[in-house]
Amino acid sequence: MINWLAVIIAMAVCLAIIIVRIFIGPGAPTRLVSFDTANTLVVTGLVILAMLFKDVVFIDVAIVYALLSFAMTLYVAKYIQGDKF
Amino acid sequence: MSALNIATYVFIGIGLFFNFVGAFGLHRFPDVYTRLHAATKCTTFGSIFLILAVVMQSAGMWAIEGAHSPQSIMTIHSILALVALMVTNATSAHAMARAAHRSGEKPARAVVDDLEGKEND
Repeated sequence: MINWLAVIIAMAVCLAIIIVRIFIGPGAPTRLVSFDTANTLVVTGLVILAMLFKDVVFIDVAIVYALLSFAMTLYVAKYIQGDKF
Repeated sequence: MSALNIATYVFIGIGLFFNFVGAFGLHRFPDVYTRLHAATKCTTFGSIFLILAVVMQSAGMWAIEGAHSPQSIMTIHSILALVALMVTNATSAHAMARAAHRSGEKPARAVVDDLEGKEND
């Protein structure tokens, strides 16, 4: 059997490194880039959690999370570049 | 240890390595464009390999348990999540780079900006 718990702990360490950049990053575009990277890692972590807990619901949540974070990134990018809505 | 488990460990190793490269690239690079380059590419590549490891394990259990096992749903939905991740990451990286340039972010130590004044397209 694969030790998925060790994989998800390593992903959590990686996510913590990225969240530090969200807090200290200068300016809104750097924070947006860090937030999008954190979203990618959360989607991957949800798929791994589905394998760890043997529950399919996590993967459905991961698909919806990926699409909603994509919409969030596009709208915050439009806000940062100064477009009218 | 079967060959499937060895291949899964190799995929997990590659995926975690590239995710850590992306996370450290966010701290090592000087401006937003190089950070975008490091973070987006590396975490997309690492996530592809980590989800492929999950797909390989669940497809192996699907082959053992027969056609009607619940692992079939896990395999197919993991592939769907992978497709959604690959499409949306590339598109949002382009959107973030354009937003950063139009909001006035300058590349670090840059002398010439070829996109200067080309704002209407």
